[in-house]
Amino acid sequence: MGHAAIAEHDQHHHVEHSYTGIPNKKVLMWAFLASDCMFFGTLISTYIIYHGKSLVGPYPVEVLSIPVTTASSFVLLMSSLFMALAVAAVNRKDIGQTRLWIFATAFFGLIFLGFQSFEFTEFFHRGVTLQKNLFGSTFYTMTGTHGLHVAIGVLWLFSWFVYSYFGDISDKAVDIESTGLYWHFVDIVWIVIFTVIYLVEFVGIGG
Amino acid sequence: MATSADVIGVASPAHGHSDTDRELGVLGPRPVAKTGLWSWLTTVDHKRIGILYGLSALFFLVVGGVEALLVRLQLAAPNLSVLPADIYNQMFTMHATTMIFLAIMPLSSAFFNYLVPLMIGARDVAFPRLNAFSLWVFWAGAALLNVSWLTGSAPNASWVGYANITSKQFNPGLSADYWVMGLLVLGVASVAASLNFFVTIINMRAPGMTLMRLPVFVWMTFITNILILLAFPPITIALIQLMMDRMFGANFFNVAAGGLVILWQHWFWIFGHPEVYILILPAMGVVSEILPTFSRKPLFGYPLIVFSGAFIGFMGFAVWSHHMFTTGMGVIATLAFSITTSIIAVPTGVKIFNWIGTMWGGHIRFATPMLYATGFIAMFTIGGFSGVMHSAAAADAQQHDTYFVVAHFHYVLIGGTLMALLGGLAYWFPKITGRMMNEAFGKVAFWTIMIGFNVTFFPMHILGLNGMPRRIYTYSGDMGWNFWNLVCTIGAFVLAFGLLFFFINMAMGLKKGAIAGDDPWDARTLEWSIPSPPPEYNFAAIPTVTHLDDFWHSKITGKPKPQYDGHPIHMPAASYYPMVVGIGMFVWAMGMIYKDAPGGFLIAGAGMLALIFGVYGWALEGPGGYHVDPSKESGAHN
Repeated sequence: MGHAAIAEHDQHHHVEHSYTGIPNKKVLMWAFLASDCMFFGTLISTYIIYHGKSLVGPYPVEVLSIPVTTASSFVLLMSSLFMALAVAAVNRKDIGQTRLWIFATAFFGLIFLGFQSFEFTEFFHRGVTLQKNLFGSTFYTMTGTHGLHVAIGVLWLFSWFVYSYFGDISDKAVDIESTGLYWHFVDIVWIVIFTVIYLVEFVGIGG
Repeated sequence: MATSADVIGVASPAHGHSDTDRELGVLGPRPVAKTGLWSWLTTVDHKRIGILYGLSALFFLVVGGVEALLVRLQLAAPNLSVLPADIYNQMFTMHATTMIFLAIMPLSSAFFNYLVPLMIGARDVAFPRLNAFSLWVFWAGAALLNVSWLTGSAPNASWVGYANITSKQFNPGLSADYWVMGLLVLGVASVAASLNFFVTIINMRAPGMTLMRLPVFVWMTFITNILILLAFPPITIALIQLMMDRMFGANFFNVAAGGLVILWQHWFWIFGHPEVYILILPAMGVVSEILPTFSRKPLFGYPLIVFSGAFIGFMGFAVWSHHMFTTGMGVIATLAFSITTSIIAVPTGVKIFNWIGTMWGGHIRFATPMLYATGFIAMFTIGGFSGVMHSAAAADAQQHDTYFVVAHFHYVLIGGTLMALLGGLAYWFPKITGRMMNEAFGKVAFWTIMIGFNVTFFPMHILGLNGMPRRIYTYSGDMGWNFWNLVCTIGAFVLAFGLLFFFINMAMGLKKGAIAGDDPWDARTLEWSIPSPPPEYNFAAIPTVTHLDDFWHSKITGKPKPQYDGHPIHMPAASYYPMVVGIGMFVWAMGMIYKDAPGGFLIAGAGMLALIFGVYGWALEGPGGYHVDPSKESGAHN
């Protein structure tokens, strides 16, 4: 049985089992992201509630760096573009392009994580620790959770990259689209964090 | 259960989509046992998983019940010391935690698992292995919470775990760590299961099973699972914040560093109040199935009941601060939450009137399930009345943290949820086991439970209004509380005997109950159109639904049964990996609890590695599957 026939069989199989016609895995991912919104909502709310409540420094305005984070945010946003290209490629069953853009997405995700490690190290040397004050506790827990999401995404993408050499990735359009949904969501969360935590901090300061 | 399944195997050349499974079958063979212990531990069959959830829940109902009896013994008379005070704290904390997270929620889950696919005309849930994963992670969390007894440090800060009673400073030792890790792991199980049922109800419905033809139980499951998806993240983050405080020295709830202990209360109740509806909505669904069957009438006001359920779910997120009226939130917040709390009573009242409307003018048969359903309406109404009293903030300030509140939520949780779920067990027992429970003994059990329950909890209203606080270890003999406390304790033992009768009746029914047949109650929904117990593929031919209560409709109109088309039925294959991931998570959590002990981090790391290995094994083995031919089954239906 050829690949086309297999794909057709699979597709038939899917339609059979989906009342709405939307693949189960995509509905699952959307529902998970709704749940994840509440995770990040709680984390970001905690940061906002505790903003300005730290009893001792360093305070956010002393350590947050807009230029560095703008660069890392740009990298993360570009990775979303690559992810979209990967999904487009897998939908045309273009294995080479799929592989390329998945790798690019994961690689840019890694660069973002590099920026984050740099930021954490830098902050640590300037005295911001988890134990130091409320800013440290809320900042590291929130951005750490986001970083963990990015790291899981990178691992997932690299797994697809390796898989593309052993299995038939052109069959996995729905799965890769689900990975893509996750990846875009993690990026959108970062836009909120970048705005609320980094940019708003400097409103009226002109920093 | 099917016994003569025609196992074609994972890599059947006749079926194209198995090719990828063969290709990646490097991880070893999949479990193929159809009977015995391993077949249960590796099962992905929603019915078996439902039974395992149910048995686990009943086990923990007994555990939590024994804990309750010990609490009641301690309070039977003034100045007793049946338990040491610190053990008493652990006992009431574990009683509540066990009953909520390990007994009632999984008992609801058992019904979700067993019934939802049958009621919507599906052969399984959307993600069978994810379903097994939820069960294993639930077991991991249950084990974590209860292993703590062996170390002498069971959770001791009550089920709400208010900051800073849980802080390292005021709660040294590992009690709070066990609580944090146990609840975190249980949260994973709940969210995973909810994702699964959300997708299942959206996507796995039989042709024609539109949303407004869904049985009310499926609707309430759907709403409950949305609540779980949205309400568990806040508590998960709060638990992570507490974990960061306790394990890594963060300051989230550290007043000395400017932390706000009130923030914990907000996070907890933003979860905790929807949790109340997570506990009651499935019960309302069960009652909405039982009442029409035994009234021999359609459910009165089906759309109104559905929308009321959805409205309760929505409003459930808007009332959390009524648990916090005494914290000094300010007039505006107090007023707002008073109003929303009053509003949420309206859809609840609508449902109660609809249930009464269902019975009104019906040919009512008071079989055991119906007794529980009507008992539910009466008891839940009492619990609802004492609940809506709390929306008056001034009155609530008097009742707050007294036994009046204890009486209220036990009326809702036992008189409401447990009553309905026991009714559900009595109702679906014939479907699940193929045998009937004894009716006469069932009625004895019901009345024992009913009397025991009211004798235990009604006096608590009086005790509460007389000022007896919750969670106190003992009390002085001159407070005027002696008599009613003794009555409560006697009632608790009557209630325990009632539950014992129920369990004995189940065991006897399983052994020598009368053969039930497909449809012993003359019921309305699709699960009664198939054999009892259902074959592993549920429906030989997927039904096409044309009406609400389609099975009832087809019995009246003589609509022909769907015919099996001769194609072998594809079934998902069993898997070891959900178990591997669940065990990995348990080991990881234990390692985290003991991270300061030598080797603690190593254990956590090993657990994490097992977890990652399990996830990759799971992904690479694929869903797999084998084929069953119903026409070759003994006792084939249709």
